[in-house]
Amino acid sequence: MRNILSIFKRDLKGYFNSPIAYVVIGLFLIVTGIFFYLLLSSFLQYSYAAMMQRQGVPLNVNLMMIRPFLLNMSVIILFMIPIITMRSFSEEKKNGTIELLLTAPLTNWQIIIGKFLATYLLYLVMTGITVLFMALLFIWGDPELAPILIGYFGILLMGAALIAAGNFISSLTENQIVAAVGTFGLTMVLWIIGFASDFAGKIVGAILEYLSIVAHFEDFSKGVFDTSHLVFYLSMTFFMLFLTYQSVESSKWRA
Amino acid sequence: MIEVQGLTKYYGNVRAVDDISFTVEKGEILGFLGPNAAGKTTTMRIITGYMPASAGTVRVAGFDVFTNDLEVKKRIGYLPENPPLYMDMQVIEYLRFVAAIKGVNRKSIESEVKRVADKLSISTVLFKQISTLSKGYKQRVGFAQAILNDPPVLLLDEPTIGLDPKQIIEVRELIRSFSHDHTVILSTHILPEVSMTCNRVIIINEGKLVAVDTPENLTARLKGSESIHMEVEGPVDDIMNTLKQIPNVTAVSVAPARAAKKANISGYIIETDVGSDVRKDLSHSIVTKGWGLLEMKTESLSLEDIFLKLTTKEEVN
Ligand SMILES: Nc1ncnc2c1ncn2[C@@H]1O[C@H](COP(=O)(O)OP(=O)(O)OP(=O)(O)O)[C@@H](O)[C@H]1O
Ligand SMILES: [Mg+2]
Repeated sequence: MRNILSIFKRDLKGYFNSPIAYVVIGLFLIVTGIFFYLLLSSFLQYSYAAMMQRQGVPLNVNLMMIRPFLLNMSVIILFMIPIITMRSFSEEKKNGTIELLLTAPLTNWQIIIGKFLATYLLYLVMTGITVLFMALLFIWGDPELAPILIGYFGILLMGAALIAAGNFISSLTENQIVAAVGTFGLTMVLWIIGFASDFAGKIVGAILEYLSIVAHFEDFSKGVFDTSHLVFYLSMTFFMLFLTYQSVESSKWRA
Repeated sequence: MIEVQGLTKYYGNVRAVDDISFTVEKGEILGFLGPNAAGKTTTMRIITGYMPASAGTVRVAGFDVFTNDLEVKKRIGYLPENPPLYMDMQVIEYLRFVAAIKGVNRKSIESEVKRVADKLSISTVLFKQISTLSKGYKQRVGFAQAILNDPPVLLLDEPTIGLDPKQIIEVRELIRSFSHDHTVILSTHILPEVSMTCNRVIIINEGKLVAVDTPENLTARLKGSESIHMEVEGPVDDIMNTLKQIPNVTAVSVAPARAAKKANISGYIIETDVGSDVRKDLSHSIVTKGWGLLEMKTESLSLEDIFLKLTTKEEVN
């Protein structure tokens, strides 16, 4: 446990000592901020128009504002993940510090979990700040809390799976750029197969749909909690961590 | 303390280490000597558990590296060829981190960091960021890292590389101070380093073990043989042939740097059997043939020459 914590703290310090953390967080806030602003202003226009026509029923913030915002955010996240995870193992391989970790009395799992948690925490900080946008809605409006919580729970789960995947790709190469591009490719594939599933046959389509990492998020964004999605994200996370373990361990296979 | 048996390592089809066996006793300092690409780093990496051997076994303090790597890693301090430093950390942060992952208990971390910083004279740079340190200081921080938690076994891959002469002396003294209660393997290309610090030397070349002995014996074994450098005026081929006929001469070659300096004048290196003095015979036969003997001097083999002799194709013994 102490070893995991040491690795975790070292990596986290590394992220915040370098521009990476600030670039990632800043960029994410700008992009999500723009979407939030656009969604908010169109929502206000609609509600203003609705009020003029005296429809009586106020428009639903959760439906018209928060849900599309969360969906947008889930896609923006796909673009941020590679930047968060590209350093994780690649940098250590490049600098030779992996030699320090692999010859210290640590288990591979301790190294992998420590690194995963550091990247995941950066992810949590990045997505966590958008809670402030939600706070604005509470100040000026009256959204329902439960769907928002479920939505953010989904962000949490989807992030774990994606961060684990990014760590795995990073463990394959000593080149950060390759790690970033590879991870980006993977997240894009996991995203696009969702659309592809519409054109595929029934069974293949169902499989593709199931593997689409964003498709599982849709229910969360609607405020619907379904354990099958929870199971999907958790299995994806563990599977990716398992692959990372194999990748780190493979250097120890007898050749 | 360290037992290496039949160690072999392939990188793809390249055989980097070929059936090496040796043991290092507790308290011994073993010099690992070999030219570039001899397989020194590879052997060290296998002993530390960083990579597995293709065949053979390594035991450290009785634990097999392949099946029980954690126990081995607890006992080894390792300074890799390129010091494994995090450039974005301060020296002190780095040493604290390494101390923690090496299992120094929380309360002793500060005193342990101070101890190694004093040993390597890096106390003045503790609060500098590692990326801003000079190469020599980086090397010292790498060394300091290796002795954190005072491991009984030290593997040092070219520990004095990049240090200034004064530091080299200090580090060698430091290494010597580890004898008796530590077991050390140190790799180097620098021969004086070996004769100054090590109890025993292993010479490897192209992955094969060429010699194991004490530095004194190794020198003595070969010191007897001498080479004679001459400058002679006359036809090169005839001279070579004539000199080779002389009893006790084992090899004749044209000194590369001095070949055909002027028309008809070349430098020659003559190697002879141990304990023989052929200078008189040499001068006699050259003069009788009517060539000009312009210069002659003897040179005894230095450790460098011995090393070269052992690691180049020429047969010794
Ligand atoms: N990771 C690797 N992949 C493929 N080949 C390697 C690898 N590491 C080393 N080699 C090869 O193995 C051989 C031995 O290399 P090694 O680094 O052990 O030599 P060395 O004795 O440490 O040399 P030097 O004095 O230059 O440090 C070399 O031919 C090298 O090219
Ligand atoms: Mg080497």
